[in-house]
Amino acid sequence: MSSFWSNWITVITVGNILACVWLIWWTMRKRDGESAEGDVTGHAWDGDLQEYNNPLPRWWLWMFYITIVFAFGYLYLYPGLGNYGGALGWTAQNQHAAEMSKADEKYGPIYAQYRDVSVEELAKNTDANAMGKRLYLTYCMQCHGSDARGSKGYPNLADNDWLWGGSPDMIHASIAQGRRQKAPMPAAQAMPPWTPVLGEEGVDQVVEYVLELSGRKADADMASKGKELYMTNCSACHMPDGAGFHALGAPRLNDNIWLFGKSKSQIRDVIANGRNQVMPAWKEMLGDDKVHVLTAYVYSLSNN
Amino acid sequence: MESQATYNYKVVRQFAVMTVIWGIVGMLVGVIVAAQLAFPTLTDGISFLSYGRLRPLHTNAVIFAFGGSALFATSYYVVQRTCQVRLISDKLAAFTFWGWTVIILLAAVTLPLGLTSGKEYAELEWPIDLLIAVVWVTYAVVFFGTIIIRKTPHIYVANWFYGAFIIVVALLHIVNSAFVPVTLGKSYSFYSGATDAMIQWWYGHNAVGFFLTAGFLGIMYYFVPKQAERPVFSYRLSVVHFWALVSTYMWAGPHHLHYTALPNWTQSVGMVFSLILLAPSWGGMINGIMTLSGAWHKLRTDPILKFLIVSLSFYGMSTFEGPMMSIKTVNALSHYTDWTVGHVHSGALGWVAMVSIGALYHLIPKLYGREGMFSKGLIELHFWIATIGTVLYIAAMWIAGVMQGLMWRAVNADGTLTYSFIESVERTYPFYYIRLLGGILFLGGMFIMLYNVLKTIADKGEADDAIPQVAAH
Repeated sequence: MSSFWSNWITVITVGNILACVWLIWWTMRKRDGESAEGDVTGHAWDGDLQEYNNPLPRWWLWMFYITIVFAFGYLYLYPGLGNYGGALGWTAQNQHAAEMSKADEKYGPIYAQYRDVSVEELAKNTDANAMGKRLYLTYCMQCHGSDARGSKGYPNLADNDWLWGGSPDMIHASIAQGRRQKAPMPAAQAMPPWTPVLGEEGVDQVVEYVLELSGRKADADMASKGKELYMTNCSACHMPDGAGFHALGAPRLNDNIWLFGKSKSQIRDVIANGRNQVMPAWKEMLGDDKVHVLTAYVYSLSNN
Repeated sequence: MESQATYNYKVVRQFAVMTVIWGIVGMLVGVIVAAQLAFPTLTDGISFLSYGRLRPLHTNAVIFAFGGSALFATSYYVVQRTCQVRLISDKLAAFTFWGWTVIILLAAVTLPLGLTSGKEYAELEWPIDLLIAVVWVTYAVVFFGTIIIRKTPHIYVANWFYGAFIIVVALLHIVNSAFVPVTLGKSYSFYSGATDAMIQWWYGHNAVGFFLTAGFLGIMYYFVPKQAERPVFSYRLSVVHFWALVSTYMWAGPHHLHYTALPNWTQSVGMVFSLILLAPSWGGMINGIMTLSGAWHKLRTDPILKFLIVSLSFYGMSTFEGPMMSIKTVNALSHYTDWTVGHVHSGALGWVAMVSIGALYHLIPKLYGREGMFSKGLIELHFWIATIGTVLYIAAMWIAGVMQGLMWRAVNADGTLTYSFIESVERTYPFYYIRLLGGILFLGGMFIMLYNVLKTIADKGEADDAIPQVAAH
C-alpha cells in the first residue's frame, strides 16, 4: 500500500490506543468542586437516578493497562501498523509454508518408501492401502463418497466402469492432472448441449434411442429416428455401439450405469443442456508420492 | 395543554408488547432451526422451511424485531423520563413503530422466499434496506430531538449509550448495504472480494457491539439502578468505559476473518483492539453489578433484579470469551465450530434477552399504571427456566465446538486427517439435542412471560404519567 495509507493506518491505530490512555488519565483527575469520593455526584434524573463519584477499580485499571501494553508489544512484533512488517517478520503465508515443509519432512518418507513399487503390487499391500484410504477420506470422499461409490455427477470408483480408463496409468493421470483441466481440447471433451442442434423433438428421439441402447423400454418408433441422429451426432464420441471412449471421457451408454441420474427426464436434461464436469488436479497439492499411493488404493477398489 | 403534560407512553407500550411477541416468533424459528440440525430431514422438500432460509429469519427476528423493539421501547421511555420532557414528535414516533413493523413483516415474507443479499445479519434486499434507513433516521430525529429539548441540565449516561447505538447503526447499515440493484428482489454488493468481506464484518461485529451491546447497556444504565433503587456505582467508570467501548469496538471486525485472504496487518489490528475491548466491556458489567453493592439482599426476593444481574454476569462472561476467541491461536481452534454459536448465544440469550426481559418486567406495569406484574411467582419461574435453558445451550455448544475443533485438526501418523467432517457432525448430535432442549426451555419462558404480560395489562386501562415540574437550578 502507498506510504500515505500506511501512515494513516499507523496514526489512527496508535492514536486510538493512546487516546484510551489519555481518557483514563483525564477521567481520573480531580476536579474543582467535585463531590467527595464515595458520595453521589449531585446530579439526579427521573427522581432518584444518581451516580456515585467512585474511583476506577484498581484491578480493572490494571487489566486495561495490561491489554494496552500487550497491544503495543504485539504491534511491534507482528505486522499491523501499515507497511511495517513486525520485528518477527511473521506472515500467515510464512507460517503456512513453514508448517507445510515441516509436515513434508515428517510425513514425506512414509509415502516415499512406495515410490518404486508398481501400482498393481501396491494395491495388494495392506499398509499402503490403509494409507491410501486415509488420503481418499481426506481429499476425495467429499465428491466420490466415503464408500467410493460416487453420487449424482461424481463417478463411482468401485465398479470397474471407467470414464477415462481403469489402467494404473490412466487412474494416475486422472488424479495427478485432473480431467478437463488442461486438456489439449477442453471444449471437445465436454458434452455439448444438443437442443440447438437437434431441436426439442430430436432430443426426445435420441433419449429414446439411448434408453434402448441401455436395454430399457423405449418407444421403438422414436428410437429408430433417434438412432439416425445418434449415428450422425453422438457416435463420434460415444462410439456407434455406445461403448464410450476413454480418451475423451465419453461415458459408455450401452450399460445401465448413469452418471447424472437414470430417470428419463434426467437423461433428457443431460442431452438437451450438456455437461462439463471437471476433476481437479492433485499433483501440485499432494505431490507424486501421495498420488501414487492414492492411485493404488483407487485401483484396488475394482481389482482385488 | 393536556398532551404536553404527560409522557408519550403509547409508542412505548406498542414496542414493549411487540418485544414479547417478536421474541416468541424469533425464538420459535430458532427452536425450529435447532431442531433441523438435530433432525436434518425434518422439513425436507419444503423450500421456505429449509434451514438456509429460516436461519436468517431467526437472526433477523431476534436481533432486529425482538432486540430492536426492546431498544425502541426502552429508549423512548428512558429518554423522556431522564430528559423530563415528552418525545419531540408523537407522529414521527408513531411512524417509527409502524415503519419498523412493516420492515419486520417484509423480512418475514422475503427471507423464507429466498430473497437475500447474502450478507450475514444484513440479508434483507435493497428496497427493505432503504425503508430501514428512512425509519432509522426518523428514530434518530425523535431521540436526539428529545435530548435537545430536555429540561434536565445533564444528559443521563443511558442516553449516551442509546445515542451511540443509534448513530453507529445508521452508519453501519448505510455503508454495508451499499448495493447495485438488479431487480426489485436482487442486488449486488457495492464492494468485492476481501474488501466486501471486511466491510461485512466491520458491520457484523459492530451490529454486536452497538446494536446488541451499546443499546442494551443503555437499558442496563436505567433499569438496574431503578430496580435496585441504588445510585450507579461510578460516574468516572461510565465515562471511561463509554468512550473506550465506542472507539475500540469499531476496530474489532477483522477477528471474524483470521487466517483468510484479509491482509495480515488488518487481522493483527483487529485482534489487538478486540483484546483492549475487554476492560471497557467489563466497565459496564462492574458498573451494573456494583450498583447493587449495599443492596445484595434484594437479589433474594426480586426476580426482576435476578434477571438484570444474571444478564450482566453473562455479559461479563461473553465479553471475556470474545477477546480470548479473537486471539489467533485460539481462533484457529474455535473458528467455524459451534463454539462460536455458543459464544453468540451466551451474549444473545444470557445478556441481550435477559436484560430486556428484566427491563420489560419493570416497565410494563408502569406503562399500564399497575403496582407490579400480575404474578411475581411467574417471573421467578421464567427466570429459572431461562437461566437453565441458557446454560444448557451454551455448555452444549461450547463442548461441541471444542470437540469439533480438535477433531478437525487431529492427524494420523501418516499426516492424513484422523476424522472426516461427517464424523465430527455425527459426534455433535448429542449436543444438538441438548441445545434444542435449552432453546425450548428459553422459548417456554417467553410464553410464561406473554401470559403474565397479558394478565397484567388486561381490563384496567393505560397510564400516561404526568411530567413532573423541573426543579429550579
